[in-house]
Amino acid sequence: MTSFLRRVRVAEVEPVTSRIKRFRLVPVDSAFSDFSGGSHVTVCMQAPDRLIRNPYSLMGSPSDTSSYQISVLKVDDSRGGSHFMHDQVKVGTELEISEPLNLFPPAKLARKHILVAGGIGITPFMSMMSELAALGADFELHYGVRSFEDGAYCKLLESRYGPRIHLYFQDKGQFVPLDQVLSKQPLGAHVYVCGPKPMIDWALRTAALAGWPDENVHSEQFTAPPGGNPFTVKLARSGRSITVGGHQSILEALEQAGVDAPFLCRGGACGQCETGVTACDGYIEHNDHYLSEAEKASGKKIMICMSRISGDSISLDL
Amino acid sequence: MLNRDVGTVDMFSGIKSRPIYPGLNPDPNARSNLIVCDLGGAEAAVELFARTDGGFAERATVILDTEGASADEVSALRDRLKPAKVEATASLDAAIVRLREILGSATMGLRLYAAGIEPLIGSVVQAGGDHFIDPLSVRTEHRGSLKRRVQCVHCKGFTENVTTNPVTCSQCGLLLTVRDHYSRRLAAFQGVCVNAEVPSERPETKVEFQ
Repeated sequence: MTSFLRRVRVAEVEPVTSRIKRFRLVPVDSAFSDFSGGSHVTVCMQAPDRLIRNPYSLMGSPSDTSSYQISVLKVDDSRGGSHFMHDQVKVGTELEISEPLNLFPPAKLARKHILVAGGIGITPFMSMMSELAALGADFELHYGVRSFEDGAYCKLLESRYGPRIHLYFQDKGQFVPLDQVLSKQPLGAHVYVCGPKPMIDWALRTAALAGWPDENVHSEQFTAPPGGNPFTVKLARSGRSITVGGHQSILEALEQAGVDAPFLCRGGACGQCETGVTACDGYIEHNDHYLSEAEKASGKKIMICMSRISGDSISLDL
Repeated sequence: MLNRDVGTVDMFSGIKSRPIYPGLNPDPNARSNLIVCDLGGAEAAVELFARTDGGFAERATVILDTEGASADEVSALRDRLKPAKVEATASLDAAIVRLREILGSATMGLRLYAAGIEPLIGSVVQAGGDHFIDPLSVRTEHRGSLKRRVQCVHCKGFTENVTTNPVTCSQCGLLLTVRDHYSRRLAAFQGVCVNAEVPSERPETKVEFQ
């Protein structure tokens, strides 16, 4: 399944911090679709040697679809996407993006929303807060950054939402006091976490230990598929064999070979690319957060956007 | 023509709204445990406490619907549920009133449990929903009778303690097929007139929810 792509032009590039740039995208052809708070789009970037597709949260207000806005953190060990956006993309550059997709919506029936962001994890909350504020919903943001200079949109958020915003500066020894924040919340509060993986893991653990039901705890994280050694993917239905490079995901290798494989989020979250494994000469390294532990242990399924194998070859039901 | 589905409840087993009750499973991290049960469900609570450490029962409040029990039986149950705090109520309605009171001032970290007949579980899930608790967060176990609360889809009246299919609506008197089609909002199964076209046709009444 190939998602519908649309062309956009970069109308504005703003350096937000030394490592974060904000891009404003406007439609080239037809008007942009509506989106909901927490949505993201996948941006396709034609690097010299390959096609890169990275998901970025939409951070504008859902009520304004004249443009889409994304923020991109330049990552040191980038696979190319964030460097491409920072170094190659200028005002006037045309790109292709997917339609907005929301895997991180606010719970409509919540009594209160506790948003917890670390660093660039602020981005999905920008649109979410616009939506929640417009609905008159009760929310508060707890936002941890390295320093004031390094933290994106701190001033803007404080001016827009005042006392709902709680900032924590790592260089001053401040951290989100999540345990304290989660105690004494009214029944029906929901917590949302976005940030680096260790922070998300810590937040999920803290919420569980505070006795919060899973249904009230939400997280989103976009990670690049981890690299490894090259291996061969055998397609059981077509009989083809395709090599997956060390810095490629199975999905990317299939796409490069012209195989139309299912995908949506490309981050191991949505479940769209779940693929049956018919044989595996090696060990599957599951990097998604979609399959259950039992499914991972069974070795019968793999999420091809994020997971790979350590070994020689894997046969997929494709 | 008669509704051919009468008396064959199995035919409705594919109905997705029909609740399932996986059993009481402890959340060891909850700051407080609130358990609503009837006499049958109390046995499930006793078993739950036996599977957990002492701290779990100490953090627990049991709202016990004692309808139909003697004072001695209630007293014996209180002992078996120790060290949980037991609040005995005389009826299911009174138990739900007390539940709503507690939920009104509760904070996150409370885990809600329901054990007993389906009308009790349904009422607990319903009250939880009114206080923003996701139905999936409520841990439930069915014990005792299969009797149902039924809402007549025609007059919207409720008929309690339904054991037969079809059943006569306690409010409008229509003869109703009791479906597995369930409303979480109303905490009731749906009853649909079985002989609307030929009221004189009365299918055999079977006891299906004893």
